[in-house]
Amino acid sequence: MTRQDVLDALHKVHDPEIPTISVVDMGIITDVVVADDDHVSVTMTPTFVGCPAIDVMRSDVEAAVRGLGVQNVQVSVTFDVPWTTNRLTDRGRAALLEHGLAPPEQFDTLTLELEVLNNVACPYCGSRKTTLKSPFGPTLCRSLHYCNECSQAFEGFKPV
Amino acid sequence: MNRDAAKDLLTRMADDVLILAHRHSEWTGLGPLLEEDIAFSSVAQDKLGHAQALYAIMHEHLGAPEPDAMAFGRSEPEMRCCHFVELPNGEYDFSLIRHMLFDASEYVRWSALRESSFEPLAKLAHKIHGELKYHLYHAQTWVIQLGANGSEESKARLQSALNEAWPYALGLFEARNGDADLINEGVFPGEDFLRGQWELLVHGILTKAGLTMPDEFAAILGGRDGYHSEHLNPLLVEMTEVYRIDPSAQW
Repeated sequence: MTRQDVLDALHKVHDPEIPTISVVDMGIITDVVVADDDHVSVTMTPTFVGCPAIDVMRSDVEAAVRGLGVQNVQVSVTFDVPWTTNRLTDRGRAALLEHGLAPPEQFDTLTLELEVLNNVACPYCGSRKTTLKSPFGPTLCRSLHYCNECSQAFEGFKPV
Repeated sequence: MNRDAAKDLLTRMADDVLILAHRHSEWTGLGPLLEEDIAFSSVAQDKLGHAQALYAIMHEHLGAPEPDAMAFGRSEPEMRCCHFVELPNGEYDFSLIRHMLFDASEYVRWSALRESSFEPLAKLAHKIHGELKYHLYHAQTWVIQLGANGSEESKARLQSALNEAWPYALGLFEARNGDADLINEGVFPGEDFLRGQWELLVHGILTKAGLTMPDEFAAILGGRDGYHSEHLNPLLVEMTEVYRIDPSAQW
């Protein structure tokens, strides 16, 4: 049993609200330790403090590690490493796009004006002639936008 | 660290967001437009998460009961929320003004707490600070839109709501005896400091919105000592109904 075996198994655990993306590509797995006695501990960080999906993902992660035949599994959720959308992998960004969600841009600092939300690339036609309609969407991590080029409403994965 | 003082600080912070989360959730299905319905509901969900995270820190590090027992198992005099969050939603103008004033205070508070010497609180602050940008962005966008770019009526209604909310909002910064220890220990910078930062931030938003900051200085106090407005008890009765029937209920 290696750390990579565990990560491979976690690549098959998906976000229940965005089934195209794995917990690894989402960047919420912050640590995996395989001890000599095959005791596995996994540390996760929630996307949003109040995200209701974290409990589901936590038990899915535990089940996936047990699926490797591991008896001793410890999954902890902490804020030690705060999640930001900069933790999304390239494959994660592609998975969001596949789900029809505009991936968040990488950022250095986010100001209160949130300019980064104004011209999000439309996931359907790629145009940046888009307008933010609301910073809140159907789940805590999404925002609502409208594309002025292809006249399509769409959701974005908001940068935090 | 003065643990009792820290527990008092975290309790009043958590109780404020718990109760305001409940008020915001009362807009679910009733917002003036669908996007606002979703926004108030989302802010409510975030805030509930913040309350739970604070209760969890208190349980893990300060010897407080389980988060659910803290949220749903206390009587009215044991609650430490301020009157501001207890007030009914009123019309959208009042809810919006309260949302802006409250989240401006949350923003300055959690910005400062990133430097807290109480490590679990500092870690949570880094996380919550990012989420609060969206709350304050939402509130200030609408206040500026309806104040500076709306009609005479929308502006007048916001100003009237602001005047009514102001003395209650000042109650957010009610100082406590144990605060001096927390300030010395670097746990938080103190309510007076936070209020000063808040007034600067709020003044900037109100100026952009063409609204006038009230010159009333008498804060409505008492919530931190367990003396509440008439509006808290009916809210608690509704919010704690399931827990009181079955404290072990899962939902």
